[in-house]
Amino acid sequence: MTGKDAAIREEDLQAYVDGRASGERLAEIEAYLAQHPEERERVALEHRQRAALRGQLENKAAEPIPPRLWITNIQAARRRRWGWRLGAAAAGLLLFTGGIGTGWIAANRMEMASGQPTSGTTAVAENASLAYRTFVVEVAHPVEVDAQHQAHLLQWLSRRLGKPLVAPDLTSFGYRLMGGRLLPSGSGAAAQLMYDDPTGKRLTVYVRAAEGSETAFRFQHEGETSTFAWIDRGFGFAVTGALQRDELLPIAEAVYHGLSGESPAVKKD
Amino acid sequence: MADLAALLEPHIPALRRYAYALLRNHEQADDLVQDTLERALSRWSLRRSEGDLRAWLFTIQRNLHVSRWRQDRRRGVPVEMDEAVLPGVPARQETALEVHDVLAALDQLPEEQKSLLLLVGVEDFSYDEAARILGMPIGTVMSRLSRARLRLRSIVETGRTTLLRRVK
Repeated sequence: MTGKDAAIREEDLQAYVDGRASGERLAEIEAYLAQHPEERERVALEHRQRAALRGQLENKAAEPIPPRLWITNIQAARRRRWGWRLGAAAAGLLLFTGGIGTGWIAANRMEMASGQPTSGTTAVAENASLAYRTFVVEVAHPVEVDAQHQAHLLQWLSRRLGKPLVAPDLTSFGYRLMGGRLLPSGSGAAAQLMYDDPTGKRLTVYVRAAEGSETAFRFQHEGETSTFAWIDRGFGFAVTGALQRDELLPIAEAVYHGLSGESPAVKKD
Repeated sequence: MADLAALLEPHIPALRRYAYALLRNHEQADDLVQDTLERALSRWSLRRSEGDLRAWLFTIQRNLHVSRWRQDRRRGVPVEMDEAVLPGVPARQETALEVHDVLAALDQLPEEQKSLLLLVGVEDFSYDEAARILGMPIGTVMSRLSRARLRLRSIVETGRTTLLRRVK
């Protein structure tokens, strides 16, 4: 290796293979390769293999991203796990989640970590609030059955709850029924109806069997989320939204009248 | 939340490609990418904001892959190549034999050489970035790259000889 050739080293050739040599250096490398056919051939082969590898993997990167790798879904799953820890620690609420959609296997014990039994409404409010936080952020599958299949949705949820369920009409508040989903709860099934307004703000109506005789509204505020919960004839109800108390109260009252009042069974849109 | 998705999602196709090239199994590759994304989200606040996000994600994924691979080795679980059937490479081309299924040949390289070839040759990381991702001294990248390519050539060459012998 003498003269100009001495300046060309293996790392120059590697950079050449990668197409990263440029300017004067590139010209020098090419001049060198012109003088060294064996090296030239080797470098060309390495370059072809590099291109072949890229070609073989090209389609993989062009595939659409599968739902399980969507960031929103991973975040929702993380939140569910986080909710589990928080719930278990704070309220004795045991909740196990797996998968998206129906993947709730939950049991709850209505006892505080201290051993003090919580009132039925508190437990309902907590369940509802947790369910709200889990699914309200869901982009891909906020509901299991959408409002287009409302008759089926209500029939299904009613059967599973063991209670005729109607979807309260909240259009006067600007909220439209999106649909609903079935959730497990300690004593059986729970139903969550989800509504949204034109800006995409969501609120939920949550129903499950509950013991207790309280009928008064119980208000709970957690982070940005407000919940009104009450119990009526063996069922617990909760209305949850990212709203202030005063904004949520009239909605909760409307739900109370529409859902657990004396005049049910009228199907509304 | 939304902007996190917007930041991360553009990198997912390349992470899947790298994972697949390492594992040669679509399901396992997506498992690895999912773990990578979960770890990235859980450590998001620890990330140095000035650092390159793409390199950071690849570093996480590579580290997860290596630690898992070590675990498998300790447990003595054989790493199955369930996709031994190779994606179609046109055999009629002149060059078909010498470049025939470089991806399969890559499997026979040690993980570090494999990753280096992928990060530099496919993912277009700079030599410095690749060195940092792989935790190797920057000064050694070029010689390691040269060795990896030499080895790849010889594997492909051996494969070709075998193939020609079989054809005869």
